[in-house]
Amino acid sequence: MIKLDNVGRVFQVGDQDVPALDSVNLTVGRGEYVSIMGPSGSGKSTLLNIIGLLDRPSSGRYFLEDRDITALTDEEEAETRRNRIGFVFQFFHLVPRMTAAQNVELPMVLGGVPPKTRAERVAAALDAMGLSDRADHRPGQLSGGQRQRVAIARATVMQPAVLLADEPTGNLDRASGAEVVHVIERLVDSGITLVLVTHDPELGERARRRIRMVDGRVVEDSSGNPAGRP
Amino acid sequence: MMRITDIFRFVRNAAGGYRVRTTLMLLAMAIGVASVVILTSLGEGARVYVNNEFASLGTNLLIVLPGRNETTGGPPMMVTGTSRDITTGDAMALLRHSSVRRVAPLTVGVAPVSWGGRTRECTIGGSTPDMLTIRRWKMAQGGFTAPDDPERAAPVAVIGAKIRRELFGSHSAVGEWLKIGDRRFRVTGILASEGRSMGFDVEELVLVPVASAQALFNTPSLFRVLVEAKSREAIERARADVVSTFKLRHQGEEDVTVITQDAVLATFDKILRALTLTVGGIAGISLGVAGILIMNVMLVAVSQRTSEIGLLKALGASRRRILGLFLTEAAMLSCVGGLLGLMLGYAGNRVVIWLYPAFPVTAPWWAVAAALGIALSAGLLFGAMPAWRAAKLDPVLALARR
Repeated sequence: MIKLDNVGRVFQVGDQDVPALDSVNLTVGRGEYVSIMGPSGSGKSTLLNIIGLLDRPSSGRYFLEDRDITALTDEEEAETRRNRIGFVFQFFHLVPRMTAAQNVELPMVLGGVPPKTRAERVAAALDAMGLSDRADHRPGQLSGGQRQRVAIARATVMQPAVLLADEPTGNLDRASGAEVVHVIERLVDSGITLVLVTHDPELGERARRRIRMVDGRVVEDSSGNPAGRP
Repeated sequence: MMRITDIFRFVRNAAGGYRVRTTLMLLAMAIGVASVVILTSLGEGARVYVNNEFASLGTNLLIVLPGRNETTGGPPMMVTGTSRDITTGDAMALLRHSSVRRVAPLTVGVAPVSWGGRTRECTIGGSTPDMLTIRRWKMAQGGFTAPDDPERAAPVAVIGAKIRRELFGSHSAVGEWLKIGDRRFRVTGILASEGRSMGFDVEELVLVPVASAQALFNTPSLFRVLVEAKSREAIERARADVVSTFKLRHQGEEDVTVITQDAVLATFDKILRALTLTVGGIAGISLGVAGILIMNVMLVAVSQRTSEIGLLKALGASRRRILGLFLTEAAMLSCVGGLLGLMLGYAGNRVVIWLYPAFPVTAPWWAVAAALGIALSAGLLFGAMPAWRAAKLDPVLALARR
């Protein structure tokens, strides 16, 4: 499903090269539930961005569903993100001027899905999140937990293979956080591959496979693979 | 990939989400386009106005003035003293040429006109009945019954509508005797009011036979001679004939100036067209300023919507899609602004028409097309840089901003 082969990422700050990832090797199978933990600046978000095709590795190769991603054009990359990957962010990133339904519809609008199909799928996705009665509310009228569930509905409406979540509960109170975790884990049960970045140990420990990162390297992988080897 | 209707819906939604920004942009564009429309309309109106004035002079017209002004460079009146006067005989001699159809001598003076105790200073024109034909003047009532021989005086006069109103009031004028200076004339007709005609207000004119006017003002000379050529093609031949006739009759002195209507008209036309282009160009600058405002506002929009752009990329919008969305937004805003400006411009024209009904205000089609074209291309041109900036945004950095 996801295969990182010696992936490195170097950022340029001024005229200094700052390594964020240092030859990371990682393989994630279909339907796996993986958490990535580590201190701030350990490179876990950079890793997630590379997996999500928002960032490109400086070195190494990345295969998603056996396709070499590093060779894709911008257009193909965008298409892959749209159809194969769903994002859930700490700060939800809902468009404030759009209703919940319009936010969920957005990836399908970008993908040119016919309006009739869109309406059906938006209704189904909101229903699955228990938000049918909030379809016409704008983000400003929703609670944090509701906003994150709208964002999850948007991330899953294209039925992606991989769901990437960056601190999905980081901006929520305990009750809403638990609710969101419950929703996400239900998606894992239905077969989606989930990669979750968090520094909340309680959330991280829930994952079946736990990865620890320090200084851009994978230092611990609960699947039993020794660090740095696939 | 994205459906056209969805693109427009998205863009409309985005523009509607930032009311102040959108309003400012529309306003700038509308004012730019409106000023182009109104200013070129005024320029074009001036051109049409002058054209109409000349057309009302009559067609194929040549005007003969005493004196030559080409060589001296001074105003014509300075030279008249040294040159010979034009006489009625000179004028009538022109009729011998095949290139000339009609000739009307003209003497002009100012004299008091009185009837029944009322007196008024009036412009008195002395001419022949051909004057009416040449200058396209019509009679509202009666006719100009001057004698066939222009050398013969006769106590008949036609008067303008305003003079009739002021001297006679509700009384019928035709057939009455009035006094011009110390002579008595019988009113034989009323001129139809056709508005102004090159300095002559027909409504305030009294027309008498040329010999009578010369007697009244005690002068043998003419103010000028109006010559109507046989056809448009004959104008140049008629000019040569006029000059040679005067040379012959004035002992070889070429001491008259001949103005053809065509030449004057062409000059005015050129000047006024240049004027229209100039004011249009100045208004065009305001369109350029509007374009820069659009760029500024779009740049603000891009930074305001940075995280949204990052999100769109995460949701699967390519660079080209983002570029397209922002360009569409700029184009749509400048189109709507342009159309608003067009409406504003036409409304402004209506105000001008309402204030000055006689002034022919029309928006020239080329100015309207140019204004809309410039509005749209300014929108695209100045929208391109912000759109490109949006397309190039790094999604990771864009999303990091809340």
